[in-house]
Order: sequence, then C-alpha cells, then structure tokens
Amino acid sequence: MAHPSQLGFQDAASPVMEELLHFHDHTLMIVFLISTLVLYIIVAMVSTKLTNKYVLDSQEIEIVWTVLPAVILILIALPSLRILYLMDEINDPHLTIKAMGHQWYWSYEYTDYENLGFDSYMIPTQDLTPGQFRLLETDHRMVVPMESPIRVLVSAEDVLHAWAVPALGIKMDAVPGRLNQTAFITSRPGVYYGQCSEICGANHSFMPIVVEAVPLEHFENWSSLMLEES
Amino acid sequence: MSDAIKEKIKNYRTAPFDARFPNTNQTRNCFQNYLDSHRCNNALSAKGQDVSPCQWYQRVYKSLCPMSWVRE
Repeated sequence: MAHPSQLGFQDAASPVMEELLHFHDHTLMIVFLISTLVLYIIVAMVSTKLTNKYVLDSQEIEIVWTVLPAVILILIALPSLRILYLMDEINDPHLTIKAMGHQWYWSYEYTDYENLGFDSYMIPTQDLTPGQFRLLETDHRMVVPMESPIRVLVSAEDVLHAWAVPALGIKMDAVPGRLNQTAFITSRPGVYYGQCSEICGANHSFMPIVVEAVPLEHFENWSSLMLEES
Repeated sequence: MSDAIKEKIKNYRTAPFDARFPNTNQTRNCFQNYLDSHRCNNALSAKGQDVSPCQWYQRVYKSLCPMSWVRE
C-alpha cells in the first residue's frame, strides 16, 4: 500500500507491474539526464562573460542533436512497445471475478461454480481497529488464489466508477452496461489496496478496493465460508 | 452427447479465451453466450434431444455475466 512521503510506485505484486516499474525507472533516468544537461547548459550560458559573434551555423552539431534525440526516443519506444504487447498477451485465466461498482461500494461476484456474491464497504474511521489503514480497509476483501491468472470483469450498476489496484498495475473503468476485462497474476501472497478512480458522487473517496492473495487451499476455504454466510 | 463435450464441461474452470472477443469490451461475449445457451436449449428440446451440450454456454455466461444482468 501507499506510505507517507512516498515518491515512487508501490512495490509491484504482479509481473506486469514489475515491468512497468523498471520501464519507468529507465525512462525517468533518461529524463533526469536530459534535464540536468539542459539545466547545466542554461547556467553555463547565463553565467559567462564570453561572447561569440562569429559562428553562424554548423552542420555537424545539427546532425548530432537531431540523431541523438531520435536514438533516445527509440531507446524509450522499444521497451514501451514490448510492455504494451506483453500486457495484451492471451492469457488463460483460472478464475473469473466480476467487480461491480455502486454508489458507494464495490460488489464482487464469483460465479464460475456457485453464485457467490458479496458487497465490500469501506470500514468507517471510527470503527477501525489499531493497525488498520484509514479509508482503505473494507469489511470484505476480494480474495484470490496467489500465482494464478485471474480475469476481472469490471462494470457498474449506476454511474461511472473505476477499479484500480496500483500494486498490480491495474486501472479499469467501470461503465454501466459494459463489461471491461482486465487480468492479473499475483507473484506473491499479500494484501493490496486501491481506491475508486472515477468521480462518482459524494463518497467517491470512500469506496476502496482490497485484494487479498492467498494460497489455493485458503482461497477454497474462504469461498466455502463465504457461500455459507450468504 | 459426445465424450469430448462431456470432458470439456467436466474440466470447466472458467470461461476460456474466446478469439471472437479479443478486446477489453466483453459485453458481447456475455450476451452471445447467453443467447447461445437459450437458443441451444430451445432448439434441442424442440427436437426432443438431450440438452446437455448446451451446458457449456450456460457455464460460460454464468461466469461472464453479472448476476444482476441475468436475474429475471
């Protein structure tokens, strides 16, 4: 989850997010290098008493500062396209979960075998127990088996919402009447938090998402328990 | 009902990738399987045949379609 004075992304919990993180590091490094160079040149130009009035053109430097940016752009584009196609790979999910956005909570449906459905409301701040995270915890979490490809179909029952979990690198619009598909695979067990990412009314900031990745047996126990409860 | 279909339905985990709907928008996937399930049931029962092959479509649309869309 996010922590105070965080500067970078949350730790990646899925292979795709890892790739995105590394790509971002690579691109940001290029950006910092260019910005530092430009800043240095500006300071050097501004703080010198030397002037040169006799250079009118130079083919060589023009070639260099045209080709070099093109090369840099290619160095950025190649990993970018690689990840774009990686994200679009045909995957064979083991489980399908539907995440339906409502004003102002999410409901999750696991209907591959039985009709399991439940709502996931934020825990109000006054009801938190020590150690829980303010505005992020929910009464029911979306539990998934770890290291399994999961398909999530996101939709909404009233207005636009968006289902986002930064640690998994996922954000998908929830549109009424439309089923948007996204997929993920968790590299490790854990609890991953997200928040509604499309303005949806008064309590838009108070309908978080919690994904809990657990070993398969735990997932099976949990789903039997949830079925009994409902 | 052929053994191949029986096996497929027995080993059903979740709706597999459907090349007719390769993109993000899966609305049509849910709708198509819902239609196919009902048409298959109607067609086979009209002929008095075994409707169990139609179970595949039913399982797929149950996996994909939100419960509120399917509830009568």
